[in-house]
Amino acid sequence: MVNTDTSSGPVLRAMGEEAVLLELGSLEDVLLVHRALAASRPAGLVDLVPAARTVLAVTDARGPALAAVGTWLLATAERALAPGAGGSAVAVEEELARPDVVIHVRYDGPDLRETAELLGMEAADLIAWHTARAWTVAFSGFAPGFAYLVPEREDEMIGRPLEIPRLSVPRTTVPAGSVALAGTFSGVYPRASPGGWRIIGTTDAVLWEDAADPPALLVPGGRVRFVQVAA
Amino acid sequence: MMGGTLLVEAAGPATTVQDLGRPGAAALGVSPSGALDRGALRLANRLVGNPEGRAALEVVLGPFVAVAEVDLWIAVTGAWGPITVDGRRSDGHRAVRVQAGSRLELGAATHGLRYVLAVRGGFDGPRLLGSRSTDTLAGLGPAPVVAGDRLPVLPTPRRRVPPLDIAPWTRPDAGERLVRISPGPRRDWFDDASLRRLVEQPWTMTADADRIGMRLDGPPLERLDPGRELPSEGMVAGAVQVPPSGLPTILSADHPVTGGYPVVAVVRAADRDLLAQLRPGQRLRFSTG
Repeated sequence: MVNTDTSSGPVLRAMGEEAVLLELGSLEDVLLVHRALAASRPAGLVDLVPAARTVLAVTDARGPALAAVGTWLLATAERALAPGAGGSAVAVEEELARPDVVIHVRYDGPDLRETAELLGMEAADLIAWHTARAWTVAFSGFAPGFAYLVPEREDEMIGRPLEIPRLSVPRTTVPAGSVALAGTFSGVYPRASPGGWRIIGTTDAVLWEDAADPPALLVPGGRVRFVQVAA
Repeated sequence: MMGGTLLVEAAGPATTVQDLGRPGAAALGVSPSGALDRGALRLANRLVGNPEGRAALEVVLGPFVAVAEVDLWIAVTGAWGPITVDGRRSDGHRAVRVQAGSRLELGAATHGLRYVLAVRGGFDGPRLLGSRSTDTLAGLGPAPVVAGDRLPVLPTPRRRVPPLDIAPWTRPDAGERLVRISPGPRRDWFDDASLRRLVEQPWTMTADADRIGMRLDGPPLERLDPGRELPSEGMVAGAVQVPPSGLPTILSADHPVTGGYPVVAVVRAADRDLLAQLRPGQRLRFSTG
């Protein structure tokens, strides 16, 4: 999670003939702008993919013209990032109306104690920190249904996140349902896979189900709460 | 006629079921997947009277051997190689009747790399996000095809097999191919000399080329700031990524939805089919024209 790019954005960058990348200054800006983009998404747009500093918009021959997509991205980003634009009444109402996904966690992960120590806390403090706030799905990646979650504070939209180092030696297998931390993110492994995130707990929640619509439990912009259950 | 099955006796190194994929799910972490040679898929389906997006087999190189368990119409497009039905020579790029019990064989491709084998009706199987395709990176869709598989075929469509003897096609070219590219988002990570070399020097397709990405070989490109890190960003099929080695990788249909290597260019959609047919060792040249 090295952040060496401090360009201010928003900037449009060409991604071939069917996609354009909107570059923003920070992950916080991505969350704000992605929310505004999702709310005004033009019909026929194929994909809208938020990531760490960017939102990728993909169109095709049947979708809106690339130039129109670029104009919409820039105009929406500038509106969303304008001073005082973040908390429009409509946006806040939508936010409150949207049900949170609740994930029940047994905080029995093999890295719980060591991770708490690294952060200068007791395991109970780390659990309290993890369960005290809502988390927002910033983006997906790594595997279908794997969501990069960022913490949200009660008093402001995005809290100042903890920076959690990855394991120096990644595990060859992380079991499905592992609740983990890395960098400024929390995540839940949808299925067994290799990984270097620090596992603090486990859940029975189904993160990916082929037959569901959408198959992913956590989608960008969605909110999550972790609730502790007995280990 | 009801659907039937095709019993696979030999599958070659990497045979999968593919249709036109599942675009539009990248935000969930799912790549578009689908046939790498989409023109070949569409043509094969048209030849047997299917809608263009029915699921077919993408057979890498071959040999591929299967027995029809009912009477079937089939069509083979994409790669070029010896096709036989019960040992008798058959043709690609046309609808062919295969009787129940007959053995179909696609010999090792001599031109191109990926056969598309369509059957009238199309292959059946569970659909995920609108597609029956196998995503080899994400592990979505059916497992890759192996010997012993019985592949179910959907009931035949209402429309007839078109009374067309031949379809316009060209045998995949074995020589140096021209691949047109459009600008990528991170051109400014490379100096002018490297950007010139990208299009002026020929590149060689390596054997490290699959449905996830295709690694090229040649004199490496140089980054302006080799230590600079790129936070992961959304990727598209056809993106020409340049890892620290300086040797470009072209992302294929099963690519990761986000990636942290700078994208210097993107292969134009119309030229992605020909990438699917480039053989290891074959040369290509990028063109911005």
